Formats: sequence, structure tokens, C-alpha cells
Amino acid sequence: MISFEHITKWLQAWLNAHMSPILVLAVETVLIVILAIALFAVLGLVLVIMERRVAAFMQIRMGPNRVGPWGLLQSTADTVKLIMKESIVPTHADKFLFNLAPFIVMIAAMLILAPVNFAQRFHIWDLNIGILFITSISSISVIGILMGGWASSNKYSLLGAMRSGAQIVSYELSAGLSILTIIVLCGSLKVSDIIASQETGWWIFKGHIPAIVAFVIYLIAVTAETNRAPFDLAEAESELTAGFHSEYSGMRFALFFLAEYINIFIVCAVGATLFLGGWMPFHIGHLQGFNHVMDYIPSSIWFFGKTFFLIFVIMWFRWTFPRLRIDQLLNLEWKYLLPISMVNLLVMTVVAIYHLHF
Amino acid sequence: MSATYILFWFLSALAVVSALMVLFSKNPVHSVLWLIAVFFAISGHYILMNAQFLAIVNIIVYAGAIMVLFLFVIMLMNLNKETEPRKNIWMKLAGAIAAGSLLMILVSLVGQATELSHRNLLMKDGDIGLIKNLGKILFSQYVVPFEITSILFLSAMVGAVVIGKKD
Repeated sequence: MISFEHITKWLQAWLNAHMSPILVLAVETVLIVILAIALFAVLGLVLVIMERRVAAFMQIRMGPNRVGPWGLLQSTADTVKLIMKESIVPTHADKFLFNLAPFIVMIAAMLILAPVNFAQRFHIWDLNIGILFITSISSISVIGILMGGWASSNKYSLLGAMRSGAQIVSYELSAGLSILTIIVLCGSLKVSDIIASQETGWWIFKGHIPAIVAFVIYLIAVTAETNRAPFDLAEAESELTAGFHSEYSGMRFALFFLAEYINIFIVCAVGATLFLGGWMPFHIGHLQGFNHVMDYIPSSIWFFGKTFFLIFVIMWFRWTFPRLRIDQLLNLEWKYLLPISMVNLLVMTVVAIYHLHF
Repeated sequence: MSATYILFWFLSALAVVSALMVLFSKNPVHSVLWLIAVFFAISGHYILMNAQFLAIVNIIVYAGAIMVLFLFVIMLMNLNKETEPRKNIWMKLAGAIAAGSLLMILVSLVGQATELSHRNLLMKDGDIGLIKNLGKILFSQYVVPFEITSILFLSAMVGAVVIGKKD
């Protein structure tokens, strides 16, 4: 059976047979860059159309259905429109920072892809502190957002950037603590080790109640971190026009928009890796036949299936809960989620020390 | 010239130039952004020494948390070129002399230190900066200073809350 692992191994062997080691490294780097950019473009197009279709499904209407078969080319047409549009820079803007900000947000999103395991032994760089790398780089995008909001020299942009930054910084804490709960169980920060530790069962099933609590807190925290409804007051249209990217137009706006969707994909991929076993197939105890059938499904399908399921859940939130006020948002984080996740981490440590998990 | 050498000189030049730009930028927001560039260059140095954990923690703590708070404060106070207070030329000169003397003392002390002389830097294959080794040392050999530092942080946090609550 052909898998990503076979393709990469075959390619590496072929390159090594025909080129010098330095050239092999260069060619592989170029290939990875092309693949990452292609993944970004495809993900952006797919997620936008998925968002609109899910929204239409929730509200019992058709959604985009004119461009291409079943309206699938709608987001492609939108992208072409955005590329053709003129990018306007406000007169009093800080030109350099204004132009730099979308790229910083984009580069941060791209760097996070490195440790993600997309399929069995298919990843860019499986470094030994993978999860920590993801959390640290995701905090860089705050700088890009603040930069963009400040450089547009518009009070609405600045206020939106401030709200966005405060929200990301505060919800990062409980997201980090719920990630830590699973790290305590597997004892490694390396992504492939975390997945390997779930061979007998996913942590959400094996880790008792603390794992489930951590999973719920993680979902709430990342929804807030990606600035999505019900936590989208950073771009509350009725009060702030559009938040930190009010002044952006054309391709620069598209980059912010794309980075937002890529971030949703990444947080869901991390959630799937930590709680739902990454590319590990679903196994039930000693049911040999069932387990073998599950093993036949390729690992990449498992990974993307779990990730897109989580993305669907986050899109589902958007049409289920009303938007929070800023004081409710901060109360939820500092008075409820943070204490709960701290106690949860303690309980999980006890579970891990006494090997109470399955 | 191996790749490590080129990277070392590139990162060092980046760090020094960015640090100078922190001082020379007229706009405080630009200064903070240059300071973030300095932290990234330093993280690059850590990675050259195979201290990946230190590199990432440096990015999280400084670039990700402290500098974001700096940016918040500076942006909210709306400091810019016009509002910057004009300082006396003699004050500037005195500051330059004091800081230069401190630099000279530090450089001469580092040059004389017997602990540091004739020691080679572990490039690429040192493993003390990896999370496992660092954690073991911090929680066995240096556990008391480590815990005292954390109490210091806690008291600073409590202090901030107490000051903030006073109306």
C-alpha cells in the first residue's frame, strides 16, 4: 500500500543516489517550502468554503452554489478578486510596519507547521520539544497583530489589536495548562512520542475525567485564541468596524484572513494529536477483527479526519453561542478556566504518578 | 568557513545591529520591535549551541510575553517622536560615560575569569540545554535557588495585584 512514508523514503533514496548531500538538502528544503505553501493555499480555500457551507447548514439555507460544481470554486473566485484589488496604505500609516505585519502573522503560522505529524512518520522537523515550539511560535503572531493595528494609525484598529492581543495572551495560559496535562501523562514533548504513547488508546479515553476536562478547556481556549465567535469581540463589526485589520485591503487583508484559518487548522491538529491520537487508528481493546479493519484506513486519513472533525466543532460553536462581553470573556478565563485547569493538572499528576490511567 | 561559522557571525551581527537600533530609533514602538529582533538573534545562538529548550523559552518569555506587554503599554500611552522629552546634552554625556565604564569593567572581568578561560564552547553536540538534562539539574542540584526564584515571582505578582486594587 502506498503511504506518505513510502513516498518520502523513495524520494530521499532517489535524491541521494543522484546528487551530493548539500544539494539534496537544498532540493528537499525547496520541496518542503513548495509543499507548505501549497498546503496553505489549499487549506485556505477548503476552510473558507467549509465555513460557509457549515454556516448555511446550521441556518437551513443553500450556501454558495453558483461558482463551479456545488459552489466549490467560490473561494477560488474570491481569492482571485482579492489578488486583483488595489492594496491601499493609509496616508498617516507607518508604511514599513503596515506592510510587514501580515507577513509576520503568516510566517508565524507557517513555522508552526514544522513539528506537526501529518501521517505515520510524515513530518517536517520532529524536534524534541515539538509542542513547546508550537506554543511559543503561536505567541509571535500577537506581535504581528499589534504591529498591524498600531501601524494603521486608526483608533478602531488599535482598539481591535489591543482586544485581540489581550485575549490571545490570557487564553494562552489555559490552553498551555491543558496541553501540559497530557504532557504529564506521556512524559515527552516530542510530537511523535506523544502519538506513539496512544497506541493502545487515545488519551481522551485512557486519561479518565481529567483528560476530558482538559479537552473541553483546550477547545474553549483555542476558540478564543483564534478570535472566533463566540469570542470574536476583537472584530465585533458593530462596534469596531473590523478590528485590527480595518485598514487592510486586497492581498494584505487576504494574508491576515488566511493566517486566521491556518491557525484554526493548526490548533485543531494539535488537539487531535494530543487528545485524539494523531494518526493512530481507533482501536477497541482486544477486538482483533475490528482493529485490523481500522488499521487498513491510511494514517493520513485518520489525522485529517480528526482535525476536520475538530474544525467542524469549532465552526459549530460559532452558530450556537452568542458573543460574550469583554468582562464576561476575562471573567471566564481568569476566574473559571484557569483555576479549573490548575486543579485539573494537579489531579492528572496524581493519576500519572500512581499509574491510575489505562 | 563552515555553515556554523557563517550562522554565528550573521546572528552576532544581527544582534549587535538590532541592539544599536533599539537605542537609535526615535519611535519607542520601533525600539521595542528591534528589541524583539535582538531576542530572536539570541535564540538563534542558543540553537547553535544545541540548547533548543533555552531558545524556545527565551522566545516564549521575552518575545512572546514581556515584549507584548511592553508593546501594549507603549501603544496605549501613544508615545511618539513629538512627545519624547528633550534631554540635556550633559546628561547624555554622563550617561554614555557611566555605561561605557560599566562595559569596560564587565569586559575586563570576563577576560580575567579563570573559570571561563581555556574552555571550548560546545557547538552542536552539547546536550546540557536539552529539557531533560536541564530539568534534572534544576530540580536536584539547584532546587533551592530555583524555588526561591519562583517565590520571588509570586510575591511580585501578588504585589502587582495589591497595588492595582488600591483605588
